[in-house]
Amino acid sequence: MTRRTFAAAASAAAAMLLAAVVTAGSPAAMAAGARAVHPPRMLSETGLYADGETRRIDPANRPYSPQYPLWTDGAAKARWVRLPAGTTIDVRNVDAWTFPVGTKFWKEFAFGGRRVETRLLWKVSATDWVFASYVWNEAQTDAMLAPADGVPGVAEIAPGKRHSIPSLEDCRACHDSGRTEVLGFNALQLSTDRDPGAFHADRIAPEMVTLQTLVEERRVSPLRREFVTDPPRIDAADPQTRAVLGYLSGNCGACHNASGPLANLGLNFRQPAYAPNGVHAVARSALNRVTKWDLPGQMPGTSRALVAGDPDHSALLYRMRSRRPSSQMPPLGTVVQDREAVEAVEAWIARQAQACVRSGCALPEGTQGNTVR
Amino acid sequence: MRSRIARLFLIPALAFAASILVSAQSAPTASPKASAASIKRGEYLVRIGGCGDCHTPLKLGPNGPEPDMARALTGHPSQMAMPPAPAGAGPWMWTGAATNTAFAGPWGVSFTANLTPDKETGLGEWTFDMFAATMRTGRHQGKGRPILPPMPYPNVAAMTESDMRDLFNYLQSLPPVHNKVPSPVDPPEETR
Repeated sequence: MTRRTFAAAASAAAAMLLAAVVTAGSPAAMAAGARAVHPPRMLSETGLYADGETRRIDPANRPYSPQYPLWTDGAAKARWVRLPAGTTIDVRNVDAWTFPVGTKFWKEFAFGGRRVETRLLWKVSATDWVFASYVWNEAQTDAMLAPADGVPGVAEIAPGKRHSIPSLEDCRACHDSGRTEVLGFNALQLSTDRDPGAFHADRIAPEMVTLQTLVEERRVSPLRREFVTDPPRIDAADPQTRAVLGYLSGNCGACHNASGPLANLGLNFRQPAYAPNGVHAVARSALNRVTKWDLPGQMPGTSRALVAGDPDHSALLYRMRSRRPSSQMPPLGTVVQDREAVEAVEAWIARQAQACVRSGCALPEGTQGNTVR
Repeated sequence: MRSRIARLFLIPALAFAASILVSAQSAPTASPKASAASIKRGEYLVRIGGCGDCHTPLKLGPNGPEPDMARALTGHPSQMAMPPAPAGAGPWMWTGAATNTAFAGPWGVSFTANLTPDKETGLGEWTFDMFAATMRTGRHQGKGRPILPPMPYPNVAAMTESDMRDLFNYLQSLPPVHNKVPSPVDPPEETR
C-alpha cells in the first residue's frame, strides 16, 4: 500500500469512525422513525412500480428533473412524483408550495450503472411527511427499508470513498430547514426557462413534469398563468453568475436561507422564483461576512464567507472544496468534491463577484456583516 | 461498532470526570424567563454530568491540575495556541491537552466550546431550540458540522426535555465571558 493510499484509507476510516459516532442512535432519530404511519418494508410496496416488482414505473408516477440538482457525488438520479388523483398543489405562496395529502416523491441514486438507494418522501397528513430510504439488493430486484440510523458505506463510489444511506435525522436536517419539506420540486427548479449552464442537470424528457405541464394539466391552484408566460429565471448579469447562483441555491439554500432554523447565521443562498437581481441577496448576506468558522491559518475571527476577487480567502469556497466532516459543505450527503462546481465558483469569486461589488451590491463601506458559525 | 466507539471515547472521559470534582460557580444572575429552580437544577445537571471536566480548563495548582474556576465553562482558552498534536501510534489513538480542553485523534483536533452566554464567542445568540437540536443530533444547530469527540453528546441527548431546558437555562444564566475558541482542525486532506 502506498503512502498516499494508506493516508486515504486512514482518513476514510476516520470519517467512518466519526460517522458511526455521529449517527449513534439518538432518541430523536428513534422518535422520527416511530411516527404513526410507517413506510413499507420494501420499495416494491411503496407504489413506485406498476407490477409490484421493480421493472416498470407505474404511469401514475411522473418523472421530473430539477434544473439545479443537489450534488450527490456524481450519482445518476431519477425522480418521480405522484399527486393523488383530482388534487392540486397549493401554490399561493409561490416559493413554498403545499402538497395534497397522499403526495409521494421518489428519488433513485445509481453509481456505475447500479441502483444503490431510493428515497421516499410521502405526505401522510396535513402536517406530516414520512421519510424513508431503501437500499437496493445485490441482484437489483428490490430495495429494503433502511434503519433510522442509516447505513454507512453501502457502495464504493470512488477509490476509498463510499456512499452512505443517510439517517432520518440527516434527511430532516435539510428537508426541515425551510418553509416546505420538498426541495427539488418548485417553481424555479421546474421552470421551462432552463439554465443551459446549470451543473449536472439532466435533459428534460417529453414525459417529464415541468411548470408548464402542471399548469396545462391544472395541477396547481391558483392556476398561475405566469408559470408559463413568464417562467421563473434567476436574474443575473451573465450566464456564469446565473449558473453559480442556481448551484448555490440548490446545494446551500435549503439550509442557508432567510426563513429556516439557520436564518440566525445570516447567510441566504436561496433564490426565489421571481426576484430582481439574484446576486444581491447572496452578496448582501455573504460578502465580507465574518465567520465564526476559521479558515486554517487565519487569525480566529478574521475569516470571511465570501471575499470578492479572493477565492482562497473565501470560507464558502474552502468548505465547498473540503470533504472532511468539520469543514465540508454541505456537511452531509457527500464525500466527493464537486470539482466542476468548485472550479466555477472559484472563477466566479475571482472575477464576477468583483463586478458585483462595482455595481453596488456590496455591503456599505466599513460594514463587515454579522458573524456566522 | 457503536459500543466500541463509546467505550473508546466516552469511558475515558467519564473516568476522568469521576476523578475530578468540579465545583461550578453559582450563577450570578438569572435569565428573566427561567425560574430559579430551573437554573439550580441546571447547575446540578452540569455538575453531575461533568460538563466542566472539559469545558473548564485545568490549571496547575499546588496540588496538581485543578479547574480554573475563573474560566468556568469558557472552553479552550483562546490565547493558548496549540502546536501540532503528536501523531497517534499503535494503541495510542488520541491525545489531550494539559488543560483538558483540546483533543487530537482520527477526527483531527477538537476544542471545547465556550458555554457561557457571550454573544460573539459563546451561546449568547443561541435559542433553546438550537441548543437542544445540537445536543439531540450531534450536529451544530442540528444541521451543521458534527460535534466532535470526546463530547459525549449521546448522553446529553438522552436527557428529558425538562432537563435539557434546565441545563440550557443554567448556562444562559452564567456571566458571559469573551473567549474565542479555535475552530476544529481537520485531519490532513487535499482540498484543492
